[in-house]
Amino acid sequence: MKSSKLMVALGAGLLLAVSMSPALAQRTDINVGMVLEPPNLDPTGGAAAAIDEVVYANVFEGLTRFDSSGAVIPALAESWDISEDGLTYTFHLHSGVIFHDGSPMDSSDVVFSLERAMAEDSTNAQKGLFAGIESVEAPDAETVVVTLSAPNGLFLFNMAWGDAVIVAPESAENNATNPIGTGPFEFVEWVQGDHVELAKFDSYWGEPVALDQVTFKFVGDPTAAFAAMMTEDIDAFPNFPAPETLPQLEADPRFTVIVGSTEGETVMSMNNGREPFDNILVREAIAHAINRQEIIDGAMFGYGTPIGTFFAPHNPAYVDLTGLSDYDPERSKELLAEAGYPDGFSATFHLPPVATYARRGGEIIAAQLREVGIEVELINVEWAQWLEGPFGAKEYDLTIVSHTEPMDIGAYANPDYYFNYQSDEFNAVMEELNDTTDPDARTALLQQAQTIIAEDYATVFLFQLAKTGVANAKLEGLWANSPTQANDMTGVHWTE
Amino acid sequence: MLIYFLQRFVSLSLSLLAASLVIFLLIEVVPGDPARFMMGLSATPEAIAVIREQLGLDLPAWQRYFTWLFGMLQGDFGISYTYKVPVTDLIADRVWISLPLAIYALVLSTAIAFPVGIIAAARRNSPADAGIMGLTQLGIAVPNFWFAMLLVLAFAITLRWFSAGGFPGWDAGIFAAMKALTLPAIALALPQASILARVMRSSLLDTLSEDYIRTARAKGLTRSQVLWRHALRNALIPVLTIIGLQFSFLLAGAIIIENVFYLPGLGRLVFQGITQRDLIVVKSVVMLLVFAVIVVTFIVDMAYALADPRLRKGRT
Amino acid sequence: MSDISVAAERDDNLWAAALQSRSFVIGVLLTIVFVIAALVSFFWTPFDVEELAISSKLLAPSSTNWFGTDHFGRDIFSMLMVGARTSIAVAFVAVGIGIGLGVPLGLTAASWRGSLLDEMIMRGNDLVFAFPALLIAIMITAVFGPGAVNAIIAIGIFNIPVFARLARGAALSLWTREFVLAARVAGKGAVRISVEHILPNILNLLIVQGTIQFSLGILAEAALSYVGLGAQPPTPSWGRMLSEAQTMISLAPHMALFPGLAIVFTVLGLNLMGDGLRDVFDPKTRRSRT
Repeated sequence: MKSSKLMVALGAGLLLAVSMSPALAQRTDINVGMVLEPPNLDPTGGAAAAIDEVVYANVFEGLTRFDSSGAVIPALAESWDISEDGLTYTFHLHSGVIFHDGSPMDSSDVVFSLERAMAEDSTNAQKGLFAGIESVEAPDAETVVVTLSAPNGLFLFNMAWGDAVIVAPESAENNATNPIGTGPFEFVEWVQGDHVELAKFDSYWGEPVALDQVTFKFVGDPTAAFAAMMTEDIDAFPNFPAPETLPQLEADPRFTVIVGSTEGETVMSMNNGREPFDNILVREAIAHAINRQEIIDGAMFGYGTPIGTFFAPHNPAYVDLTGLSDYDPERSKELLAEAGYPDGFSATFHLPPVATYARRGGEIIAAQLREVGIEVELINVEWAQWLEGPFGAKEYDLTIVSHTEPMDIGAYANPDYYFNYQSDEFNAVMEELNDTTDPDARTALLQQAQTIIAEDYATVFLFQLAKTGVANAKLEGLWANSPTQANDMTGVHWTE
Repeated sequence: MLIYFLQRFVSLSLSLLAASLVIFLLIEVVPGDPARFMMGLSATPEAIAVIREQLGLDLPAWQRYFTWLFGMLQGDFGISYTYKVPVTDLIADRVWISLPLAIYALVLSTAIAFPVGIIAAARRNSPADAGIMGLTQLGIAVPNFWFAMLLVLAFAITLRWFSAGGFPGWDAGIFAAMKALTLPAIALALPQASILARVMRSSLLDTLSEDYIRTARAKGLTRSQVLWRHALRNALIPVLTIIGLQFSFLLAGAIIIENVFYLPGLGRLVFQGITQRDLIVVKSVVMLLVFAVIVVTFIVDMAYALADPRLRKGRT
Repeated sequence: MSDISVAAERDDNLWAAALQSRSFVIGVLLTIVFVIAALVSFFWTPFDVEELAISSKLLAPSSTNWFGTDHFGRDIFSMLMVGARTSIAVAFVAVGIGIGLGVPLGLTAASWRGSLLDEMIMRGNDLVFAFPALLIAIMITAVFGPGAVNAIIAIGIFNIPVFARLARGAALSLWTREFVLAARVAGKGAVRISVEHILPNILNLLIVQGTIQFSLGILAEAALSYVGLGAQPPTPSWGRMLSEAQTMISLAPHMALFPGLAIVFTVLGLNLMGDGLRDVFDPKTRRSRT
């Protein structure tokens, strides 16, 4: 909080300096590159990461929010009180907050937003975030009281998600194409297939931002992304899709390369409900057949941190379990023989359309599995097919994807999830975690959970996706890490 | 003439109807649920069901076909699944990139092909002719997307004369917009120019060997006088046919080039539609392109029929 | 050049003349190189194309790796050899589909000229022609899944009307010839006449057109693979090699250079050979084409 205030103060100071010396015209616009175009701009009506990458913290705000380190800090709620039993949260809202259409934001909008997300016919993709809410009340215009049915240690964390932002009843329906929020930037235009433009919102309640204009440009192709950086069509590309070109960009004094961490655990899932992957020996054999470093070098050009479980290494609660699945092809062959597959077997491998980890990584994994006798047929699919087949209908043998939501280890407790993983032990730990608010006890439980899935070889844990960002060297204030899916532009400014 | 016109018109309409049916049926079998794609990785089944109903995906196929067909007749292509805006608006935006790009490429290709073809014909069997013919062979053999890559490497990444992709919009000014379309237009134009130059040359040579040209020569006109005054005009007819064909090809064939240069044109729209399972966009744009091709062919036919009454009896 | 026009007057010695045409010889040689590379790759390639060697990735051309290595450390020369196989297979079968279905359709249409059947076949042809070929090929592969087989079908479909029109046009002019009339007088049916008298006489045309379509097929396969809809990994394919090279073009230009040149020379070779064959079979066109 302190640092972001400082940043804003810095930005304001800079603005002042600029207005005093017009000769040194400071740029106040920015073109930000993104790989995927959002399908719509309503974070409460779709789960696509690209939606949040445009609107989170820029256009929409929630009661709480994530800062650049992933910590939950106040946003529209200035402060809050939690009752002794952990069931009642009383939020005190900032005063003087207005939506981009000029209407004031008060407690009734919060009630509307939360009830809308919880409703039966809600199209909120993360309804689970609101599942424990029993009631939402507004005793006065600046106070909201939320009552939970059971204590939930993650409630404030949940309210920081993009899916929990506050919207107005009169504009909520049109947010998909004309988002109206309370953030420091307002929506200007969206040229489908090309860009979304935001402009500074002059009546913003908080500290004013340094930038007047933010344009998110959609460049999915790695080559085009590289070319757009080189020609300075794009000033910042927070998730740059062509890691192989980073050394060249780094050598260029015009650019800085920002390598940080993300919440993206990249895993190869083995359909636990299907033969032969229902056999733990086979899963362990596969884990030992995989050379993680080779995948990181070959597919990601060195960017990425090996993981041994489904948890971000930069998280204090992380346990290093990579030793459980070290690269050992001989052991792998022994295990296969023990499992009854001395000559290996064949399987399919669905690769979603991500050029780096999925498509290139998939080819490397296929070659590694071939070494221990497992013949893999690679099947390239588009996202829609992937969501329908492997993810939706659990129709797959092997597949690979990076899970970029923060703290999503709970997916292994979901019996309907595409992993097809079932563990009563793990479920019990997760249940206990939900009812625990003590930080130390939570850490212990999280570590227990990490160990269970690693020892079960529930999936093949490959590496933590690195955030490989490229930006103009004169830009400051971009997030180095990706604690959530966002491109927070509120602290960004040009230097010089 | 009127009967011929009506005949052709009925067959045009039938072709369009058949095309719409083929496109619809093809799209129907596409795997991948657009509702699920829209809602993303962690969407609940209820949320997906709600979206399916909103999109009308729960209706039977024949009902959706007729809704689509009658909508199109009124200029309404439906609402994009992913962008949630009318497809007509999306298409209207994209046409202003694809159409100028196609015209730009066509102008370039013609501007290259005409002089080159004429020189080759005028200096037939000279080293210049041989060189030109060799180059055009090469031009036909070069895949345009590879040529585009080389152009980007040379003129965008190394020399930085042009932007390597994207489109600033016509608001940014004619010059900026045309500049963004220049490399794509060159990449598209090269193979077309090669084909056109060859057609130009052989058509001129054919004309030059006709009797009336020989007569003109006999009357004492020089070779180049004959070429410019008589042969060129007559040689243009097959060349114009090829240009007509190339135009529809350029409009539809830019799909890969638009992807290389990241131009938000019709081709890119289709490609995005396919990957995002925005099927209503895919079928509408493909239908529009087929419509363009069929109508261009129809107009060419009509023009021929007007020019040459013999053709009206039937096509052979 | 003057040698050629002299030779052209001696119809009996066309093949010899063709072999004196420099471009035809170049075309044949290029085609032979390409076919041999594909055949040899079945028995031998300098390196295994399925084995990855990440540690030796992106090496520049050297005496070990003649064309350098790719981003997985695979030998590009070996991959081009195996990729030639993919290109040939796809283009060959696609042309086969075009001839196998297009020629019978065209001959049928010509045999019953002006009938409803003729009209239906020709309208069907127009319909296929009206579809922007590449766009539909992309749609077909997107619908039925990417892969070599679907690429073949997508390319093959658009070859059908080409051969149907060609066969019909050529057959129509043959139907008025005396030897066909004689056969009709002798009581032979349309099918028999088509097979026994028409087909052998249009074979030359088909071979020439087949060569041209073959080169177009190679370009189409490259384009489809380039957008990821052609042959799937680990099967090497020239188009996919190019798309993989794209992001590394400033890092390792050889990755983009050699597959591109392979496509250019193969297509060039086939086109030159096709032109040469046309001249051999139909000396009249020599005048304007050489």
